[in-house]
Amino acid sequence: MNRRFLRLAVSNVMVALTVVAVVVAVLPLLLILATLIAKGAGSLSTAFFTQAPAPVGEPGGGVLHGLVGTLMMVGVASLAGLPIGIGAGIHCAEYPHSRLSTVARFIADVMNGTPSIVVGVFAWTWIVAKQGHFSALAGSAALGMLMIPMVMRTTEEMIKLVPNALREAALALGYPRWRTSITVVVRTCLPGIVTGSLLAVARVAGETAPLLFTALGNQFVSTDLNQPMAALPLVVFSYATGPYEEWHTLAWATALVLILVVTVLSLLARWATRSRFTING
Amino acid sequence: MTPPDVTEASVNPWGDRLFRLFVTLAALTVPLLLGFLVYELYLGSAPAIDKFGFGFLTSDIWDPVKEEFGAWPLIVGTLLSATLALLIAVPLSLGVSIFLVEFAPKSVRGPIGFVIELLAAIPSVVYGLWGIFFLIPLLRATLFPFLRDTLGFLPFFQGAIYGPSMLTAAMILAIMVMPYVMSVSREVLMAVPTSQREAALALGATRWEAVTGAVLPYARSGIIGAIILGLGRALGETMAVTMLIGNRHEISASLFAPGYTMASVIANEFTEASNDMHFAALTYVALVLFGVTVLVNAGARLLIWRVSRRGGGTPA
Amino acid sequence: MVDAPPIRFATEKLTAMYGKFTAVRDVSIQFPANQVHALIGPSGCGKSTFLRTLNRMHEISGGGWIAGKVLLDGHDIYASGIDVVALRRRVGMVFQKPTPFPMLSIRDNVAAGLRVGPRHPKAEVDAIVERALRQASLWEEVKDRLSASALGLSGGQQQRLCIARTIAARPEVILLDEPTSALDPQSTQRVEELLFELKQEFTIIIVTHNMQQAARASDSTSFFYMGKLIETGSTKQMFTAPRDPQTEAYITGRFG
Repeated sequence: MNRRFLRLAVSNVMVALTVVAVVVAVLPLLLILATLIAKGAGSLSTAFFTQAPAPVGEPGGGVLHGLVGTLMMVGVASLAGLPIGIGAGIHCAEYPHSRLSTVARFIADVMNGTPSIVVGVFAWTWIVAKQGHFSALAGSAALGMLMIPMVMRTTEEMIKLVPNALREAALALGYPRWRTSITVVVRTCLPGIVTGSLLAVARVAGETAPLLFTALGNQFVSTDLNQPMAALPLVVFSYATGPYEEWHTLAWATALVLILVVTVLSLLARWATRSRFTING
Repeated sequence: MTPPDVTEASVNPWGDRLFRLFVTLAALTVPLLLGFLVYELYLGSAPAIDKFGFGFLTSDIWDPVKEEFGAWPLIVGTLLSATLALLIAVPLSLGVSIFLVEFAPKSVRGPIGFVIELLAAIPSVVYGLWGIFFLIPLLRATLFPFLRDTLGFLPFFQGAIYGPSMLTAAMILAIMVMPYVMSVSREVLMAVPTSQREAALALGATRWEAVTGAVLPYARSGIIGAIILGLGRALGETMAVTMLIGNRHEISASLFAPGYTMASVIANEFTEASNDMHFAALTYVALVLFGVTVLVNAGARLLIWRVSRRGGGTPA
Repeated sequence: MVDAPPIRFATEKLTAMYGKFTAVRDVSIQFPANQVHALIGPSGCGKSTFLRTLNRMHEISGGGWIAGKVLLDGHDIYASGIDVVALRRRVGMVFQKPTPFPMLSIRDNVAAGLRVGPRHPKAEVDAIVERALRQASLWEEVKDRLSASALGLSGGQQQRLCIARTIAARPEVILLDEPTSALDPQSTQRVEELLFELKQEFTIIIVTHNMQQAARASDSTSFFYMGKLIETGSTKQMFTAPRDPQTEAYITGRFG
């Protein structure tokens, strides 16, 4: 009788502890968001979004250089990374037993686990060292390389959800193999593929490490791929670790903008799967 | 009779051929890129490998001027920060995932899981920013002095408190790693058949005993896999750690002292490397970091894969 | 005496294999035009495998290949140089589980088969869609929601949609692989009535594990057992006076 009471008490305490764990786990997120808004929202103004940084020591200015830079480099990275990643995913899903598919899948998992700074070093030796100067191109290459294995795996998972019966129905109608793959299979899971792609873009937009010594960063707004370029995460980093108090405030504001960009992209990704004709709909 | 070669294409195969060519090229890019990466890393670090060999991994001299480099403090720092982070994150993550799978009412599961996965979406540099201006002052004012006062007899909690330190970095790493460990643990726990739990409860076990006695043993290798996955993540984290660990090529017993990790040294010193041997040494560090994370991640996936094969859940 | 209907479709000593395993051996059947021909037999007897050789779907799945001939209008469809894709437009197939394309509307589903043939102007496409839906006995139920998702239809409606999709491109032969086994009795009856109408325009070959269905809906029947063709003949004759004792055993329910 006593023993049962003790066991029950222990059980209830442990259950309560798991609730505590949840509270402790959720706390940092709330604190981070609260701090971001508290310290950063005040600096957000139209000027912040439309102007380049002011010269050192002068007030005002904005993060247009970071916005433009992130847009450009993520855009260029996606231009190469998304088609290659989606194409590779289609290959692994449509020819699942080929040796190339097995190898590519394994290697994509390896790449997904590789620290992004290692990819940055690779882009440096591949492009920066050979060209003799930092460039946004090298930054885009690093970002693209991060994107490809992410998109490849999500695309493959989405395509695998399409039942084989659908492929057979299309083939029986006289669809050649390639049209079956593209207009039936891919079209059926297109929302899922778009979601996976946008999530990869959002992840890559927040990366700092691979850009540190490829795109390097820039005080001015630039769209030249052959020159160093700013990016939102780089701006946050240099402002946060800089010596000036104003820079620290700007760092909070830029971080808030960065989070907004990432959040908008992620929300867009989820919205894409809310189409009328989903497989699970 | 032997089967003839079967083709699936029609007589006019151009569409099929082009399609297959395109997707094959795309798939080929993946191993090619990785091979290229390993190749370039090896080439770039060759001067350092030639000069230092494996001694690089055990030496603790880091002198760019004399062109003497050793990665021992970096390796220790990386392993230490990651292990500490896991010590904090694993009990938390397990607690959360057990709560979500075993105890939570259905309405609460989705939102909480969603919030925790949001943690994974916050960029590393933002964690670093928050760490510098929120966490460090807080820790310096409250937790660190408290630890020194109560546990100061241990060498870990002695010495000067600067702010940026191994412990700070470990704490932020713990927050960053937690969503990954939690989400894999949650999947592993959900894959345990309900019959296991029900059998335990029917035998008179309390809710907690059902978890520790029936569910966790079943899911054990999967959870270990989740932990190792978290380890892999922690080993490679760069920005937040660079901003919070203090960046000193030193090993200290005190957790309040600054330290260094392989990823941080690359982030910190690459743009200011003064000579070719410095670059080569940093590239060597990148190569080692790459090798370590590949091994750890491969081990993690093997464990997780073995659990899913054991028939924990419904077969695909 | 009425002239025997012409033979549109026939197999000659057809053997179908998966790798080294023989699923169907030495089957020779002649399918008269504009009739419903049923293929019956217990599970695993090879009737579905046989059906899939008729539009070259057999070779799509794991190591499938054949020996022998399948003759459409006298031409072997397995001869080298045959355009498989074009063949499948002449010999259509409806599967056991209804498979409407999830991302397409009802109209686009029916028109899906038209997209891989010669181009039709839009007005013509609409007319073809309507005709196919009428023939599949689905027009009245969906005419007001042609742009809606095909997933909103019931199982029986979805299957009739798949039938409409198959006939829209005007194949010559329609193969049906247990088309009603996933449907409720009412939908089953509607599909069977449909076959009666459709055979005026198409040659129909249907695999069914339901003997009563074969007896109701078909003009001629073939009985398969363990990969071999045991008996073929008019449905009336097979079900009243089967020649082979195995056929009689199956039909009277002694095994199956």
